[in-house]
Amino acid sequence: MRLDLILRVGAKLILPFILMFALYVQFHGDYGPGGGFQAGVISAGMVILYAIIFGVRAAKHVAPPRIVEKMVPGGVLIFAGTGVVSMFLGYNFLDYTGFAHDFLHAHEWGILIVEIGVLVTVCGTMIAMFYAFVERGRT
Amino acid sequence: MSSSSWGTAEPHLPILLVIVPLFGALLVTFLRRGILAWALTLAVTFVLPLIAITLLAKVLQTGQPIIYEIGNWPAPIGIVYKVDQLSAYVLCVISVIGAVIMPFARRSIGAEIQESAQSWYYAVYLLCLTGLLGIVITGDAFNAFVFLEISSLATYVLIALGRHRRALLSAYQYLIMGTIGATLYIIGVGLLYVVTGTLNFDDMATRLGPAIADPGYRNAVLTALGFIFVGVSLKLALFPMHVWLPNAYAYAPSVATAFLAGTATKAAIYLFIRVIFSVFGIALAIDSLPIPLVLIVLSIAAMFLASFSAVFEEDAKRMLAYSSIAQVGYIMLGVALANQASLTGSLAHIANHAVMKTALFLALGAVFYRIGSVMYADMAGIGRTMPLTMGAFAVAGIGLMGTPGTAGFISKWYLGLGAIDAGHYSIVFMIVASSLISVIYIGRITEVVWFRAPSESAKTAKEAPLSMLIPLWLLAGATVYLGFDTQATVDVSAKAAEVLLGGIR
Repeated sequence: MRLDLILRVGAKLILPFILMFALYVQFHGDYGPGGGFQAGVISAGMVILYAIIFGVRAAKHVAPPRIVEKMVPGGVLIFAGTGVVSMFLGYNFLDYTGFAHDFLHAHEWGILIVEIGVLVTVCGTMIAMFYAFVERGRT
Repeated sequence: MSSSSWGTAEPHLPILLVIVPLFGALLVTFLRRGILAWALTLAVTFVLPLIAITLLAKVLQTGQPIIYEIGNWPAPIGIVYKVDQLSAYVLCVISVIGAVIMPFARRSIGAEIQESAQSWYYAVYLLCLTGLLGIVITGDAFNAFVFLEISSLATYVLIALGRHRRALLSAYQYLIMGTIGATLYIIGVGLLYVVTGTLNFDDMATRLGPAIADPGYRNAVLTALGFIFVGVSLKLALFPMHVWLPNAYAYAPSVATAFLAGTATKAAIYLFIRVIFSVFGIALAIDSLPIPLVLIVLSIAAMFLASFSAVFEEDAKRMLAYSSIAQVGYIMLGVALANQASLTGSLAHIANHAVMKTALFLALGAVFYRIGSVMYADMAGIGRTMPLTMGAFAVAGIGLMGTPGTAGFISKWYLGLGAIDAGHYSIVFMIVASSLISVIYIGRITEVVWFRAPSESAKTAKEAPLSMLIPLWLLAGATVYLGFDTQATVDVSAKAAEVLLGGIR
């Protein structure tokens, strides 16, 4: 158990940078390659790496299944909710024009919020699938 | 909702029809208690018919389709929702069926699904409804695929939640077949996109004409037609692509079966009609490929062979499932004949069959709730202890045979007229002959439940509770009502058929 010292220390060093990279991919999605889907997979990858090195129980302390389960519909709710807010602002569903004073800014904001929704759902789904697989045969 | 806020919501009605159930599904997942999840689902499903009927009334009044541009991006670039006579009509059928069975669901689901999974059931149910409504309302070929997948994935879960162990296997079978169907559809759409450079149904239709004239593109268009034909036929369970259906219907929870039998194949049939008539124009199909002939042969095969299978079935749910395949045959026969009367009959049968088959499956759901089985042996003599339930079953069954004075007669009458108009007198004979087979299979179960000596389980059974009887008798009553007042079915179908046939180039 103690023989994997290098792995443990290495993982601890890498984990924050994985999250940083995920956020970089998230927020540069509208200008460069990336976006909510990729960022969601990368940040879920962080949790999965943590679970592989430190055990599933520790990972469940970080990302409790209860919350992961809520993340799956939660992200979709953010996405669809954005569309509904734009309806209340007097525009069509998912027309972001009402979010800011000028057209381009408003659409940038809109896409940013929608992408956060994608991040939450994809991340939650990946972790939930991982949990479901590692728990096979245990219970 | 007050009338003024209804007024401001009115331009958004097409999108609301899809996002109301979507939001319902998402919120239901946050509710842990089955009863709360049911209450929210009930509220959501009862809003949907109001929206759908408002849309239908508006389309019939103006005669013009309602267009909704998502994100305010106009047609060829963005995704638009388009509500015309046909889609508004099918939307009404799906949303009404989705709502009517919800009061029934509480006790039935309470008995058949464990408490911890109930809110998941309702979430998935609403997602399925979202997908089915989405297929019908969208004017975009790729968006239709997305909704097809949403509804299919939800359907797999609905089936897998069945209590029987074989429910998982049936769900898996359907998953394989459904995925193949959806894949073939999307390959076809991909080919069309290469040829026309658009995904919008209307835009595609206008650009296909010149594309076909170009010999370089002609084969690509025909291949796309083939892929879409087979792909969607798999989803609507056209004979011989129906093998997934009997098991899926037999092992799903009772309410899920009633819902899927009434709505799922109907949405796929809608997609078929939309693509064949509005995008390709059946004229193209007639000129280059014997598509109507193939459809007629397969439909008639379905009408006879599936009905024969139903006669020899010992499981009432499987019997009705085979009958559903036969009824899909009637609907597709009218589509293949492609004249005003036959299409009217087909479209009317979409509503009539949905009403009758949902009533029949709900009656079986009530029986299952009381005695835990729908095998003929266990149901023997149950008419004596559950007369109201089996009475509704008998009424809907008589409708299914096509007896005059019921909904089933109306649609078959128009189908027959359509066959005469097309000059196929032999088809009229076959419609009557296959209806006689349905007399045998409905007659057989009627004999079992009313005239046989009661089985052990039937002796102790009690009449179904009121929350089950009311939806059941509502649908059974509608079977008779729609046999006399055809304003809601035939008149609307005739208008939709006119629009469809007007689109032929």
